[in-house]
Amino acid sequence: MKDIPQTQPRQSWTFSNEVNSEIRRAAYTGIYDIRGGGAKRRVPHFDDLLFLGASMSRYPLEGYREKCETGVTLGTRFARKPIELKIPITIAGMSFGSLSGPAKEALGRGATMAGTSTTTGDGGMTEEERGHSEKLVYQYLPSRYGMNPDDLRRADAIEVVVGQGAKPGGGGMLLGQKITERVAGMRDLPVGIDQRSACRHPDWTGPDDLEIKILELREITGWEKPIYIKVGGARPYYDVALSVKAGADVIVLDGMQGGTAATQDVFIEHVGQPTLACIRPAVKALQDLGMHRKVQLVVSGGIRTGADVAKALALGADAVSIGTAALVALGDNDPKWELEYQKLGSTTGAYDDWHEGRDPAGITTQDPELMARLDPVEAGRRLRNYLNVLTLECQTLARACGKSHVHNLEPEDLCALTMEAAAMAQVPLAGTDWYPGKPGF
Amino acid sequence: MCGIVGLFLKKEDLRPKLGDMLTDMLITMSDRGPDSAGIAIYGDDSDGLKVTVQSDTPESAFDGLDTALSEVLGGPVTMKVIDTHAVLTIPAGSRDAALDALGEKGLRVMGLGEAMEIYKEIGLPKDVAARFGLRGMAGSHGIGHTRMATESAVTTLGAHPFSTAEDQCLVHNGSLSNHNTMRRILTEKGFAPKTENDTEVAACYISSRIAEGANLGEALDGTLADLDGFFTFVMGTKTGFGVVRDPIACKPAVMAETDDYVAFGSEYRAFADLPGIETARIWEPEPATVYFWER
Amino acid sequence: MQATATATATDMQPLDMSQMELREVNATLQAAPATNYTQFEILNPRGSHAVAVGLDAPIAVTVRGSTGYYCAGMNKQASVHVTGSVGPGVAENMMSGTVVVEGDASQYAGATGHGGLLVIKGNASSRCGISMKGIDIVVHGNIGHMSAFMAQKGNLVVLGDAGSALGDSIYEARLFVRGSVASLGADCIEKEMRPEHIALLSELLEKAGADAKPEEFRRYGSARKLYNFNIDHADEY
Repeated sequence: MKDIPQTQPRQSWTFSNEVNSEIRRAAYTGIYDIRGGGAKRRVPHFDDLLFLGASMSRYPLEGYREKCETGVTLGTRFARKPIELKIPITIAGMSFGSLSGPAKEALGRGATMAGTSTTTGDGGMTEEERGHSEKLVYQYLPSRYGMNPDDLRRADAIEVVVGQGAKPGGGGMLLGQKITERVAGMRDLPVGIDQRSACRHPDWTGPDDLEIKILELREITGWEKPIYIKVGGARPYYDVALSVKAGADVIVLDGMQGGTAATQDVFIEHVGQPTLACIRPAVKALQDLGMHRKVQLVVSGGIRTGADVAKALALGADAVSIGTAALVALGDNDPKWELEYQKLGSTTGAYDDWHEGRDPAGITTQDPELMARLDPVEAGRRLRNYLNVLTLECQTLARACGKSHVHNLEPEDLCALTMEAAAMAQVPLAGTDWYPGKPGF
Repeated sequence: MCGIVGLFLKKEDLRPKLGDMLTDMLITMSDRGPDSAGIAIYGDDSDGLKVTVQSDTPESAFDGLDTALSEVLGGPVTMKVIDTHAVLTIPAGSRDAALDALGEKGLRVMGLGEAMEIYKEIGLPKDVAARFGLRGMAGSHGIGHTRMATESAVTTLGAHPFSTAEDQCLVHNGSLSNHNTMRRILTEKGFAPKTENDTEVAACYISSRIAEGANLGEALDGTLADLDGFFTFVMGTKTGFGVVRDPIACKPAVMAETDDYVAFGSEYRAFADLPGIETARIWEPEPATVYFWER
Repeated sequence: MQATATATATDMQPLDMSQMELREVNATLQAAPATNYTQFEILNPRGSHAVAVGLDAPIAVTVRGSTGYYCAGMNKQASVHVTGSVGPGVAENMMSGTVVVEGDASQYAGATGHGGLLVIKGNASSRCGISMKGIDIVVHGNIGHMSAFMAQKGNLVVLGDAGSALGDSIYEARLFVRGSVASLGADCIEKEMRPEHIALLSELLEKAGADAKPEEFRRYGSARKLYNFNIDHADEY
């Protein structure tokens, strides 16, 4: 009997070990899983697009000799002082509280050296960041932690946050471990509590009210500052159209791969649209209103390489914004901390328990010992280098397509490798002149 | 997302001024809704039934329409053409035949009723008001709306007010979150909305409840239980208007009352030019509470 | 002092909104520290939004009439007196100074205010003191539902009644209500009135010109059960 062949034990695809581990964790703790970062599932992304490049029908530009401009001006619609950036890549909003002071300083240093802006987050403006960011965007969030007119006036732009890609429709979260005395003081909260931020603004709801809120912000700041509106990638056509109607100078559109400091995993993975799918409807909304390039569109959520930058611009964005990639450039999830990641039950590349404040890399923490691991000068230099590489890569691709400015990239410079990407980006499937939804098939 | 105004006159001698007062109120709400504007005016009762129709090609569509319709219906039909709209007064009892005939001609029916006329078009409220000569209109009460379209198209039919039953109309500020499910339920019951607009679903919902035997108060009360999302509704009826806000009630609503009138506005600004506003009683409707003003 | 025609501290500068744009009115008030004017009177506001916002000087501004949204928003130092009623978000995010409204206030009065004193002589509607962060608010009349939602710091005093869900998800703000409370929100409980609360309330009532005895009020605040997640309180979320 004992020699009968046995079927190899078969793992369920539906109930994988990973799924089961989450069921056990939920059953043990009784609370949803909270983590940082953006969607980890595979979604159609810029990787599924390729540039066509010049050959016979188009002429490329000579690298390093013939200019390919990268400058972008944000806020040309109403603001008296639009923001001039040297590169079409900005640093996305990340809060002091979720990030340490030195990490915010490093972001400011790196961005300033590269000629771009940084953005505050859900916790107010710090000296580290204002002091080291030549151009600083001040986020106006539902919580209004640390919100005050002095910081509003010393900001270079104001970003009204309606939503973010990791959690369109959700509020902020910062768990007790990170609510230190300084963080609590800035937020007017008791030390050590689990902070829950509202999902709607406390004093307006909807675009008709937002228009009045924007009027107030402009009146307080003398109509100088560009007003950005940040929306999560949910219904990009409507959200962008309504942002324009509400009076935005700039729209920041964050796809589902966009990160967060801390949110329910179910929210991060199951709400919102991939960044790739958000851009064309957003651009269409701007075009329908005659506002493309007049109200600038900044796209974020999963931007990693110069190719991503170039593809987002080709689809119609005016600039992109990076968050997670900037943290990696600073030193987040660096293999040199592997042993420590393992002690925390994680591994290099997978570490996302940013809300716990025990970040071995010293970036997403308020622990003084861990914070000290990050040298803001060195980390700032790494960010500068990385931003330069993104820019050089983007220029390389733009020159290959014969463009003297990266903004001259067009959807027609692209083809898609998959049906999904072809449908979402509305660019032809490679080798064809067709994409799903295009009439005449 | 929108601006709403409403005005209910308590005194007969103010009737000639209704349009004038309401027009100023409407224009003040332009910032809240620059896409389109509409107004429902409750004027004089007519002998028959008033049908307001709209056409994008009014010159040809309305040319001889009254004569043609009168032949079909076998009774006198009068017509008042204002810009893209025409108000046809048809003999009592000829409603269904008239709607069929108008439908065949490709005309859009904006609403019908003994007292109600509806005018709505895309464009800035001041332009819409001027096109229709709203200022000169007389009546007992009226409701106006300025629209900032959220998820449905900026079209004439997508503008408010929505009328889905005689002398009834609805305007809305907010955004419903279960209107697609409700649209399917209403369609099955035979109250299919014509547009993708969430407000029309609410209007059909109220009409369906009334057709099923509910009174107006019960129907408005039903919106609180059956419609999800954010809303301030103002509902016009032959004798007055009703107001209801969702239980969260974060879309604005303010009311003013004097011996002469009851006024509704999304913002106080809408009242700024009304006579006697300095001494009016001004308050905000409570959430999840139905209000009525009727003569 | 030079013998030129400079304004003196007692001069009142009128700003008539039927003649001036909002921008001009606010720019004048915002530039006040650079002039000798300390008193201003805004005429014909007619429900305008963002009137007297972003002020940052110890000036006195009287608004004759009623305003729209965000009157005296983000006020610092200034004393703003509205003779009529105010729309949503009066004195939102106020830092310091005083805002007094003779009439009623719409939603969100004193929202996210960090400091200063807001006095509403009439009623305030829903969400009064939402997310307040240190401001003192005294309402002579009633307040609407969801007031002091997520209130973090400061004091809300209500001489009349409070609507439903008072103090939902409240942090460390103190709520004093003389009349009835329709219902308390999650994690908001009635608390003992200790002598220090009576003293605090007396001071606030006096500053707000309110004729009421501190002993007539009840105090509400956080049960602090939602401060750190506990599965047994999941129904409260």
